[in-house]
Amino acid sequence: MIALTRRYAFPAAHVLRSPALSDDENARVYGKCANPGGHGHDYGLEVSVSGPVDARSGLIVDRAALDAIVEERVLDRFGYRMLNEDPAFGARVPTAENIAAQIHAILAGPIAELGSVRLFRVRLHETRKNSFAYGESR
Amino acid sequence: MRDSNGLQAGERVWLTRAVDFSSSLRYRVPDLDDRENRRLFGRKALQHGHNYHLEVTLRGVPDPVTGMVIDLKDLQDILDREIMARFDHRDLNRDTPYFEKVVPTPENLVRVIRGILDDALPSGMLAAIRLQEDADTWVEWLEPESDR
Repeated sequence: MIALTRRYAFPAAHVLRSPALSDDENARVYGKCANPGGHGHDYGLEVSVSGPVDARSGLIVDRAALDAIVEERVLDRFGYRMLNEDPAFGARVPTAENIAAQIHAILAGPIAELGSVRLFRVRLHETRKNSFAYGESR
Repeated sequence: MRDSNGLQAGERVWLTRAVDFSSSLRYRVPDLDDRENRRLFGRKALQHGHNYHLEVTLRGVPDPVTGMVIDLKDLQDILDREIMARFDHRDLNRDTPYFEKVVPTPENLVRVIRGILDDALPSGMLAAIRLQEDADTWVEWLEPESDR
């Protein structure tokens, strides 16, 4: 199995607050991440794709085509934005777990349309200390 | 039943060793002319180079006496002989026999390295290879999940 990974970045703001919890409970669960004014991160995004290596080009996927999908669908959509205001997080808290899973859901279809390639894994670095993976492995 | 290392009998451990090598290359499909290669690969069709970062992951049962899967000196000797001597400060297209008909993409380079190391290492020990081409691009070759 061979996977190719490209790394991207986008800066975004969010607040961790669950509508199912009271103010006190939100403060207790999310701590400083529940600050109503919000806070932000330089999110690092690793997009891994897998598939057969094209016999002629030697590539699993055309880099420019993959970059264009990620830029249009994720970086332009979430970068320099308040994530809580995006429809993807209307009904769910924009934790890094949920952001990673939503990005996977957003990218899987368009990447599959490139041909014989599939989205293998998304890894989201929230800070240099935290990363979250969603997909087929690790 | 635990062995002398305190592991379950037959339990395996994974270890990773990294080496860096610097190579020049260009992407070129031999039966296409320069203009067609440039259109297919963009600037990668021009002569350029990378500081490759290679991580080799092995797995095995630690030896009952030494406690090691493999002696890291032996592993480094293999990586020096099989990888560094072949690729470091070489031109992948001109100085190695692997890319006359095959484009030296990281996908193809990791497959070449996998073949070389599979032959050089004790059977069944190679588990994964990660080849980083630049800060934002890398490929991973993994043994099938069922065999990990």
